[in-house]
Amino acid sequence: MLTARAGGAIEMRRLTKIYGAERVVDGFEARIAAGEFFSLLGPSGSGKTTTLMMVAGFAAIDEGELIVDGRDLSAVPPEKRGFGMVFQSYAIFPHLDVFENVAFPLRARGAPKERVKERVRWALDLVQLSHLATRHSRQLSGGQQQRVAIARAIVFEPSIVLMDEPLGALDKNLRYDMQVEIKEIQQRLGMTVIYVTHDQEEAMNLSDRIAILNRGRIEQMGAPRDIYEHPANAFTARFLGEANLLRGTVLEGGAGGTYFRVEGGEVLIARPQDKVEGGLAAQLFVRPEKLALSAPHGEAVQAGRNRLIGRVRRVSFLGSMVRYAVELASGASLMVDAPNLSGGLPPAVGDEVAATWPAADSSIVEADAS
Amino acid sequence: MRGAPPDRSVLLLLPALLILALIFLLPLLWFFVRTLLVEIEPAKLPALFASVLSSRPMRIALVTTLWISLVVTAVTLMLGYPLAYYLASRSGIRFSLVIFCVIVPYFTSIIVRTYAWMVLLGRNGVVNQLLLGAGLVARPLPLLYNLLGVVIGMTYVLLPYMVLTLYAAMKGIDPSLLRAARGLGAGRFYAFRRVYLPLSLHGIVSGSLIVLIVSIGFFITPALMGGAGDVTVAMLVERAIEILIDWPSAAIMSLVLLAATLVLYALYGRLTDVRAMLEA
Repeated sequence: MLTARAGGAIEMRRLTKIYGAERVVDGFEARIAAGEFFSLLGPSGSGKTTTLMMVAGFAAIDEGELIVDGRDLSAVPPEKRGFGMVFQSYAIFPHLDVFENVAFPLRARGAPKERVKERVRWALDLVQLSHLATRHSRQLSGGQQQRVAIARAIVFEPSIVLMDEPLGALDKNLRYDMQVEIKEIQQRLGMTVIYVTHDQEEAMNLSDRIAILNRGRIEQMGAPRDIYEHPANAFTARFLGEANLLRGTVLEGGAGGTYFRVEGGEVLIARPQDKVEGGLAAQLFVRPEKLALSAPHGEAVQAGRNRLIGRVRRVSFLGSMVRYAVELASGASLMVDAPNLSGGLPPAVGDEVAATWPAADSSIVEADAS
Repeated sequence: MRGAPPDRSVLLLLPALLILALIFLLPLLWFFVRTLLVEIEPAKLPALFASVLSSRPMRIALVTTLWISLVVTAVTLMLGYPLAYYLASRSGIRFSLVIFCVIVPYFTSIIVRTYAWMVLLGRNGVVNQLLLGAGLVARPLPLLYNLLGVVIGMTYVLLPYMVLTLYAAMKGIDPSLLRAARGLGAGRFYAFRRVYLPLSLHGIVSGSLIVLIVSIGFFITPALMGGAGDVTVAMLVERAIEILIDWPSAAIMSLVLLAATLVLYALYGRLTDVRAMLEA
């Protein structure tokens, strides 16, 4: 049944959107391979939705080009671009039943009756909604409406599907289930997806690659694990999860690691990085879950590990993990996430502790204002 | 179990209801009772009804009234739909300007507006002067004292009802639905036909019924702008009272108008109710 899809490669060449004097999207550049799941992630106002709207054809491309499978679609109207679309708040047609909603893209393309029937049945099967074909949208739950929207977007087998925060209105548990389903459908059909979201976990769970946007520009682009582990800057570090960022100065770069003096004294080591040289005022980045707490006065620091001594200020029980706020002698604060394991006596507020972590888990990012 | 406490806010309606009852409902009832039941022997009533309703002037007036009302409804719909669409999709200064132009006539007396049209449309009126001056016509067009004049005048008066009703319906259409249609492969026209038009249909029905209801009882505009043959039921009623002093006939004709209006209202209420039920 499944045929390998021809095409679906997208090239965005310096896409720019200008409103008044503001460049809402400024030179968005990305090549998306056929079959890739590509997410645009960013806070509200970062330009992610505007970028998607330019790709969809609802917002004019002020500068740059959109090339799909070698064809320039920059000036093509939305209905001629041939993308499937899932919209924020679903946009289910309220006057049509589930079947007719899903049939809409086929009928708009003048598909013959038999084909409409067969394709709609196929799409509804795929999202497990066949039993609700005659229902009206107002009789559907949020999750069901979402499925209708997905079936409607894939029913004509587009090689590219655009999704604009499709799960934004669902509650948390349902959201995860739907993520799994979307990913499965995307992989089964081998379609290219451009997915807009402001939810980092969602983006990481679904995507082959993520572009992180901030104020109209790409802050970083890459595979989820790469950008999570090695954020290019403080913005990505904070946006993609919790981050410890310690201010200080780079002492010495090099292949063996980067030596870094934290404000207040200690010297720490970070992974080796290009373009990081001695004298640079910067921040040392490490994720809270990389840190481990232990008694402060034990054996010497192991090679390749960093150690900071501090005092537990706050303990937050979050279920699967426990989050500690550790105050350092310099007054800076470290966040430490420890898995909620059984056994042992966990540190309590007021205890003096040592936080240690592998040097390779920390990197140097540029200093920022905050 | 105790019931819900009585809703005292209903009392707020009382003054308005009282006035309505005292100066509108009671006199109306009194008029019908007196003219049809007191001044006439009840036994003669059916015969009177039959003779009034089957009289030639009444039959012609009914047809004229209905025809004018339908034409006016159709014309206001054709003019009002694009106008309402424009309003529903615009905001800011353009919206304010157009809505101002639509609503201002609403606040001007119908007589004033009708006379204004007579100045414009007369044999030597502004429109004919312009057409003659531009050499577009050889002699003045008959724009007044005929059906055309009546339709122009009534359309102008009734357009705000249509536009505002349609606007309300269109404002309720989620604009993302049209975007969804386009994004899923529908051209502008297909998206309009399959999505926008069906979703604005209840506005079309409501607006048309409102215009139809108001048209049926129209008096001033057809009386002033119509020709000798354009006699509506409302004009017959006036004639029966003012000239023929035949109150029973006037009462019967009024009843016919009232009944037609109530039937249309019932239809209107029914259709809007169904919509409310569907949306719940």
